[in-house]
Amino acid sequence: MARAVSTRRKTLTTVAAWAVGLLIFFPILWTFLTSFKTEATAIADPPVFLFFDWTTENYSVVQERSDYMRFLWNSVIIAGGSTLLGIIIAVPAAWAMAFVPSRWTKDILLWMLSTKMLPAVGVLYPMYLIFIQLGLLDTRIGLTIVLMLVNLPIIVWMLYTYFKEIPGEILEAARMDGAGLKEELLYVLTPMAIPGIASTVLLNVILAWNEAFWTLNLTAASAAPLTAFIASYSSPEGLFYAKLSAASTMAIAPILILGWFSQKQLVRGLTFGAVK
Amino acid sequence: MPLKNALCAASALALLTATGATAETITIATVNNGDMIRMQGLTDDFTSANPDIELEWVTLEENVLRQRVTQDIAANGGQFDVMTIGMYETPIWAAQGWLVPLEDMGEDYDVDDILPAMRAGLSYEDTLYAAPFYGESSMVMYRTDLMEQAGLEMPDEPTWEFIAEAAEAMTDKDNEIYGICLRGKAGWGENMAFLTTVANSFGARWFNEDWEPQLDSREWSEAINFYYDLMTNYGPPGASTNGFNENLALFQQGKCGMWIDATVAASFVTNPNDSTVADSVGFALAPDTGKGKRANWLWAWALAVPAGSDAKDAAKKFVAWATSKDYLELVAENEGWANVPPGSRTSLYENENYQDVPFAEMTLQSINAADPNNPTVDDVPYVGIQYVAIPEWAGIGTSAGQEFSAMLAGQQSPEEALQKAQTLVADEMEAAGY
Repeated sequence: MARAVSTRRKTLTTVAAWAVGLLIFFPILWTFLTSFKTEATAIADPPVFLFFDWTTENYSVVQERSDYMRFLWNSVIIAGGSTLLGIIIAVPAAWAMAFVPSRWTKDILLWMLSTKMLPAVGVLYPMYLIFIQLGLLDTRIGLTIVLMLVNLPIIVWMLYTYFKEIPGEILEAARMDGAGLKEELLYVLTPMAIPGIASTVLLNVILAWNEAFWTLNLTAASAAPLTAFIASYSSPEGLFYAKLSAASTMAIAPILILGWFSQKQLVRGLTFGAVK
Repeated sequence: MPLKNALCAASALALLTATGATAETITIATVNNGDMIRMQGLTDDFTSANPDIELEWVTLEENVLRQRVTQDIAANGGQFDVMTIGMYETPIWAAQGWLVPLEDMGEDYDVDDILPAMRAGLSYEDTLYAAPFYGESSMVMYRTDLMEQAGLEMPDEPTWEFIAEAAEAMTDKDNEIYGICLRGKAGWGENMAFLTTVANSFGARWFNEDWEPQLDSREWSEAINFYYDLMTNYGPPGASTNGFNENLALFQQGKCGMWIDATVAASFVTNPNDSTVADSVGFALAPDTGKGKRANWLWAWALAVPAGSDAKDAAKKFVAWATSKDYLELVAENEGWANVPPGSRTSLYENENYQDVPFAEMTLQSINAADPNNPTVDDVPYVGIQYVAIPEWAGIGTSAGQEFSAMLAGQQSPEEALQKAQTLVADEMEAAGY
């Protein structure tokens, strides 16, 4: 009897999970489908789902009009660079907070997180002026630094949570075996926290890839990433939804594929320490 | 051998430096619309005549572009050498000294050929600060077949009374046909652009000559109540979120009897590839109430050179090319006369080939009927037809627009919306020191 209830429950949970999953995925699926429609079919009412004349015309128009590879390359460098830089800074910071806490650690952590509560637009002008002074406007390095700063609190918090799960005794044992700080961080702590670091990296690459405030405001032509590529296809005067969808699909495809292949790692990292 | 290598490297470097020094790159910020995209495709004509100038494009959505270029010009960021700006920004920015005056644009430029209404809206103290790339007004687009079915005939110069009568006659809600589609989405460039023109035609004005808000006047009340009744009775459902694109989609699918919006829409609704009603669209001037002002606006997307640009001469050369008579001919040669950017030059409308384009005449008449320096029945202290050319307008226009959008959504009555709009505009103007 107990088994029957459990099976029914399992089925219900599975159906519910699929339903929620499909609901969340639907906008992406719709964008993908729209990218193969003509502009007239894209706005058809009632909307057509699968049975329309599929066309790749939107993709060729987008290819012809924009230098997709340049935007993609900028996105890769900015998202990858900011994450790498963030990890390099956050690992020692999180180590210190997790293993050598002081009476201020909790406050510092909270203070770091509080910077995320300020709307970005509130510091747009100071940031813009600093960028002009330093000659960083429309440069990949400038954007890499900004995105690193924006995501740093999250990186530190995530790593701190993972590090807390690692018994301090192991590090102590390493120290007793003669490991210095560098060895302890590089050869003992990092390998043990690999799942956590991997999911932090993945999440931050995704966040940096999708960041559309700073990337639009601090770039013009040379450092513009894929968010600017999408923005260039949006138009309030003219129905270009199919082309916009094609541009969006091209922009999210790389990160979607990355997420797909690394979902195991992502889920493992995100649920790390959730069940004790 | 090492010496030879070093010499080779040095000459290569010198060559590179020399090339770098002569080629000048100008960055052009622009919007994503058909005319601008066409221009990007035709720039070979410019670069082959000016091999020392390279072009870089930044295409952005209109609202993003506006925010981006405003921020750059105010902070003197120098990111752009040519900016696509509108009629609202031009006089305000020129007054701040942010734009380069467009004088001495070359012998062939013929600045007097620019349509007078456009030139007036893009000038500050009689000097042109932005060159019109294309201009638009607003007009009535209607379904000739539905009008015929209703037993009515659209006059060239309709009144609002006739529009209401026709909307009633054409509405067939069972078949999802709505007599009239109008903007309802909140925003100074969305519903307030349209509602301001309606108000102008009813004899209303935003401010009196002492800069006191007038939204509590009888004229505003008549205009807003008329719009509210028209849309509630004969408009499509959910109109409070409809902007240009939403109404365009509805019209193209045959769900609107009439649509009053930008003249640029004419080329979309008559395009058989996208529109199911392409062969049954007629045009008429925007309506009036007999008080002397029609409900049509005037807008131009224009090219300007920011004062912070470090390539001003090259930028001006590009602006001169893109807004010249020759450019119009170039587009006609490559894409046909119907695709030439409209509303910028008198000579275009004198061209016989262009006169065959079905919406050309009505577009010109609509533009000519608009006077940004004299937009209302009573005198006003401001310039602008569907906007008030003061820096505070974007804020007050959008806030008031939210009230009227909420009214259309059924959340408040026209009187409540007007009352709230009046209060918030008065507060805002007082805070701004008027």
